[in-house]
Amino acid sequence: MTPSPAGDPPTCRALSGRPLDEITLKAAVHGDLSPADLRVHPQTLRHQADVAEEHGNPQLGENLRRAAELTALADGEVLAIYEALRPGRATGAELAAIAGRLEAADAPLCAALVREAAVVYERRAAHRVDRREAP
Amino acid sequence: MTKEPAPRRLGRFIGLDARPVNLDGFSKEDQEAGLVAFASANDPEPSVEVDADGRITELDGVPEAGFDPIDAFIAAHGIDAAVAEEAGSLDDVEFARLIVDPGTPRADVVRLARGATPAKLARVVALLRPVELQMAISKMRVRRTPSSQAHVTNRLDDPLLLAADAATAVAFGFREVETTVPVNGDAPSNALAVLVGSQVGAGGALTQCSVEEAMELELALHGLTTYAETVSVYGTEGAFLDGDDTPWSKAFLCAAYASRGLKMRVTSGGGAEALMGAAEGKSMFYLESRCVALARAMGAQGVQNGGIDAASVVGSVPGGMRELLAENLLVMLRDLESCSGNDALVSESDVRRTAHTVPLFLAGSDFLFSGFGSILRYDNMFGPSNFNGEDLDDFLVLQRDWDVDGALRPVTEERMREVRERAARAAQAVYRELGLAEFGDEHVDEVVVAEGSKDITPPDPQAVLSAADAILQKDIGILDVVRALARTGFEEEAARVLAMGRARVAGDYLQTAAIFDEQMNVLSKVTDPNDYQGPGTGYEVSPARRDQMAGIRQQRSRVDLLARHAAGPGLAAAPLATEVCGGVTGTTGGTTGGTTGGTTGGTTGGTTGGTTANEAITSPTALFRLIERGVALPGADPREVCVGVSPAFATQLWLTMSGLPVAEALRQIVAGIEKEGCVARLVRLRSTFDLGIIGLTAAQLAGSGIGVGLQAKGTAVINRRDLPPLACLELLSVAPLLTTEMYRALGFNAARYARGLQPEPVRNPYTEQAIEARYHAEVVALVAVEREACVPGAPPVDLEMVE
Repeated sequence: MTPSPAGDPPTCRALSGRPLDEITLKAAVHGDLSPADLRVHPQTLRHQADVAEEHGNPQLGENLRRAAELTALADGEVLAIYEALRPGRATGAELAAIAGRLEAADAPLCAALVREAAVVYERRAAHRVDRREAP
Repeated sequence: MTKEPAPRRLGRFIGLDARPVNLDGFSKEDQEAGLVAFASANDPEPSVEVDADGRITELDGVPEAGFDPIDAFIAAHGIDAAVAEEAGSLDDVEFARLIVDPGTPRADVVRLARGATPAKLARVVALLRPVELQMAISKMRVRRTPSSQAHVTNRLDDPLLLAADAATAVAFGFREVETTVPVNGDAPSNALAVLVGSQVGAGGALTQCSVEEAMELELALHGLTTYAETVSVYGTEGAFLDGDDTPWSKAFLCAAYASRGLKMRVTSGGGAEALMGAAEGKSMFYLESRCVALARAMGAQGVQNGGIDAASVVGSVPGGMRELLAENLLVMLRDLESCSGNDALVSESDVRRTAHTVPLFLAGSDFLFSGFGSILRYDNMFGPSNFNGEDLDDFLVLQRDWDVDGALRPVTEERMREVRERAARAAQAVYRELGLAEFGDEHVDEVVVAEGSKDITPPDPQAVLSAADAILQKDIGILDVVRALARTGFEEEAARVLAMGRARVAGDYLQTAAIFDEQMNVLSKVTDPNDYQGPGTGYEVSPARRDQMAGIRQQRSRVDLLARHAAGPGLAAAPLATEVCGGVTGTTGGTTGGTTGGTTGGTTGGTTGGTTANEAITSPTALFRLIERGVALPGADPREVCVGVSPAFATQLWLTMSGLPVAEALRQIVAGIEKEGCVARLVRLRSTFDLGIIGLTAAQLAGSGIGVGLQAKGTAVINRRDLPPLACLELLSVAPLLTTEMYRALGFNAARYARGLQPEPVRNPYTEQAIEARYHAEVVALVAVEREACVPGAPPVDLEMVE
């Protein structure tokens, strides 16, 4: 992993908890690995966020911190939230509910992003309006 | 009413109209339609207001209450409030100078740009002239080592061909491979095939499959791609909504990719809003500046722009090509990875499309192309790129010409066959092992040698589609691919695909401008930062890399160029050339020594006498010999025309530039002289190979005062003894195009001059081809042999031609 002035990260592990150096071809062929063994761990993402911030890009850091939160969500949930944020898909109340669920799932940064969207969508009428009529 | 006949059109315009550039469309500037590159009257004045809490309450003339979604997102996330006032109040020209000045560290410029609003940065960058843009790009790009991306697609979505072409792209040096589909449902199959092929020959190339946003994300979640790029953003609210997204949905998408450990960048590019009729009267560059500011605000690590789908809209307006280059700089100023376009064919004119790419190519970028069409034009399902498979050699030569690292390397035919076969077989094995589709060995064979998909038997379209469906239904992911490769004997590739999976776990390639080199080292803003600060700094082409770039397969040494002369005198008679194998090439010494001193008393007109015959040209295999018969003295016969040949003529050099045996050229000249009733006398100049001196000396030795000069490379001249050395009567200078008839006519004319007649000169053949580019390397080799054969001070000698 990238060396960081903030100190070395803890041993790099997959989302499953398996250490990176145990992710070998032998293990893969023996069927010992599961998809979670090739998924990034939120701690790794937060470490990469630190690195990005140290290198002057707090926005990339913020994105990686949101990503760390999303590691806990199933693929389908991630796809569903993305879909809800697209124009005209969800009402303000639905977005608020999603934000609430994210908050409860220990994903406050993602929740804040959805709330922020809801405010602007409300103002610009981008939710559940035929987008050809949108200003 | 009589109608005036239309005046006849001028030929010059008829000709110009037919040129390829006139198939391109050129727009009059039109601000309302957004058809203006840099500055529309509707572009806002830069402004920024920050309240006591550090909130941005006004952005480029718009108060917070009036923010559209793009303003709102940039204001909330994209402007560093601590620098906003400083950046905003900095004089535009002063700011522009800081960007260009190599003495101003890159980090200082990046710091200022963090506080610059979209309108401010657009105005500042618009001040830069093309060369200043190049200087700025050299300094501001993020990664020190340049790289490039390839498109790998085909009309049939043939998985084996995709795999073979992905491996081919990697062999050429591309570090990202982007595929897409002509048939939407094929996407999972294409992603899988390209993933497999991309890890043949070398590891670490990133792959993606460009399709609709949700599908692209799904493929990434399966682990079948390793980066994403088709995350489009736009510079107006209307265009954004037409793209069926908002800044928040896109920002969420950025986080979604990162949450699965995938690198991603967004796509923008000027002209898109005008093309969608949603430019709001703004200039392309201002809107692009908004896109790039938004990309930074969303936390994307990079942007693809500067010549994407709407590149030709930008190209149609004045200053358009400068605008495209400036788009790349906007990205770099925001400290993001630039994937620098050259992605769409911007012109039907080879001159114009090349002129679009070269400035960036010279300056260098994180990715010089965000899709070099590594396959043929017809197979590029993105539409042709600005450079395509047909242009690979041109590009490799450009790198070599300019000593510029364009991130590609030459590939031998042997190497390409090896990787194509391996990739096609690996894909065949994986599709079979996973029960996706069955492809026969004959299909592999076709794919290996195919230039493109038109050269292969099309697979059953249902086979590809059902393979794609099966991938989704069976939930096939990267681990299944690894296992299938390992079980079928492709362990090396299995390990490399697994390494791409491990890379997601490590996360280092989420940093800005990250690529893997072939040893899986991450090169990024963190590990390989651009440190250009003027001459002698920044990325240097290493000696090894220079050798690699120089070593194009078309490169020839002098030895290579002279190889065809090796058959020696056997080449004297063309039809027999293949039957006779000479062996006299290396024997240079022939003309020296013996003849110089002792034989001055020897006769002129070809008497035998006691002169030394040149051993070098009396090989037993020789069919044609020129035997030296002593020092040549002026002749007296008024019918005598003297033919002088150069030092290496028929001693080391046996073929003219046109491929004619030198003997044949000489025979034709002699035959022409004799046809007009004159006598040909042969001499060799030994002290010089200068054609003018050869011709003049021959003329001075000739009883008639007319001489013909003939160099081994085939250039020939007629001279008269009273002319100055550089003058002549006739000259055949275009050696590669000379024919036996021309040599015969030249001899004939020489004899006519000897008889005091005024013949019609033989016309030099003319060609408009780049004949000098084609032959000058060989001329240098031949001239070097002639020069080495020269003996300073040695007098000319008479020659006898023996067949």
